[in-house]
Amino acid sequence: MRVIERLVVAVEKPLKEAVWDCRMCGQCILHSTGLSCPMRCPKNLRNGPCGGVRANGNCEVYPDKRCVWVEAWEGSRRLPVFKDHIEHLQKPVDWQLQGTSSWINLVSGRDGVAPKGWEAHGSS
Amino acid sequence: MAAPSRLAGLLRDGRFAVTAELTSTNSADPEATWRLAEVLRGSVDAVNCTDNTGAHVHMSSLAAAHLLVEKGIEPIMQLTVRDRNRLALQADLLGAAALGVRNIVLMSGDDVTAGDHPEARRIYDIDSMQLIEVAAGMRDRGVYLSGRKLEQAPSFFIGAVENPFAPPLEFRPIRLQKKVRAGADFIQTQLVFDVPIFTRFMSMVGDLGLTDKVFIIPSIGIPRSARGARYMREKVPGLHVPDAVVHRLEKTPPARQSQEGIEIAVELVKAVREIPGVAGVHLIGIKWEEGVLQVAEAAGLLPRPTVSPLATVGGSR
Repeated sequence: MRVIERLVVAVEKPLKEAVWDCRMCGQCILHSTGLSCPMRCPKNLRNGPCGGVRANGNCEVYPDKRCVWVEAWEGSRRLPVFKDHIEHLQKPVDWQLQGTSSWINLVSGRDGVAPKGWEAHGSS
Repeated sequence: MAAPSRLAGLLRDGRFAVTAELTSTNSADPEATWRLAEVLRGSVDAVNCTDNTGAHVHMSSLAAAHLLVEKGIEPIMQLTVRDRNRLALQADLLGAAALGVRNIVLMSGDDVTAGDHPEARRIYDIDSMQLIEVAAGMRDRGVYLSGRKLEQAPSFFIGAVENPFAPPLEFRPIRLQKKVRAGADFIQTQLVFDVPIFTRFMSMVGDLGLTDKVFIIPSIGIPRSARGARYMREKVPGLHVPDAVVHRLEKTPPARQSQEGIEIAVELVKAVREIPGVAGVHLIGIKWEEGVLQVAEAAGLLPRPTVSPLATVGGSR
């Protein structure tokens, strides 16, 4: 299993890094965020932009970069099936999954596991 | 069910609420906090204690809020996810409840790069939306995020924030809706200087049916000088100060600028009060508690309803 996981990561990581600047959180929600990776947000916000977004749509922390969530909102408008998934309340990040394959975690159901005290209002 | 706080009681009764921000101190002497808070006593319904505002270190909001409870002034404890992970956040929430804090406002927080320790590690273990859900879980289901049971659940009045002026403007009401679904009872907004944009935001919020589900309290800033207004426009993340406001202060002689700032704030209070769904105002005199008093008076917000603070602050355990 370890070997298989390493092989999958060897494919997934360079591919998703190249296309989405993926950070390998291991619990991908790109389809709910207009294909803009929320882990690129310096505050790791999974549920929408912070209040610091600049008037030109750039990041509070990196003034020369577009806000990840401005891109997420625009991207979500263009998505046919998952358009409204941006309204879903995303559960807290499981930091134990950092660096693992989100593809494997999706198939195994591991990425859908929320803390026991978390009440789901609609998952990713 | 008894209201968890005086603020909750007033809002649920349909009274127009007035809150204000307390300047965070840098003093180990509680008198410093009490002196500032005393200025606000009687002219507002509850007082926000900020959590390392602008990412500058100050006395903790938990300690400041407890100091207010001791003096019978109802606090609203702000808590950011910037400086604490999920363990520390829950620990502080429960501790706050035990110390008599009922109103909380949960937010992301200005980034560390905006503050006096830009080299600090930012935490953001969970986001503000998730913290609202966690606090609601502690209150409504009596459990920590882990699922472990609390011996006694806290009775919070849960607040959140929204910035109607930051892009993407069309997403902001939807984000607000997410916060309401997560458990927010009231919202304090970013400072409103631009009434037309705020009016449009409120109409979108109304279209989503949210004005019946959450109390929305716009923040009104009280600029003390043209220089202060320029600083807010240029240095404070997410703050939208129209040029007209800055120009108006610049045209005013320096000796009269603070008075002009009061007038600007009073006009803003009167304007937002007319907007459907606005449940109160949050007055922010930047390091200027006396300004809050003057605006409350001139805007006709005084006297505040007399509810015995003992009936709620620290009560209903």
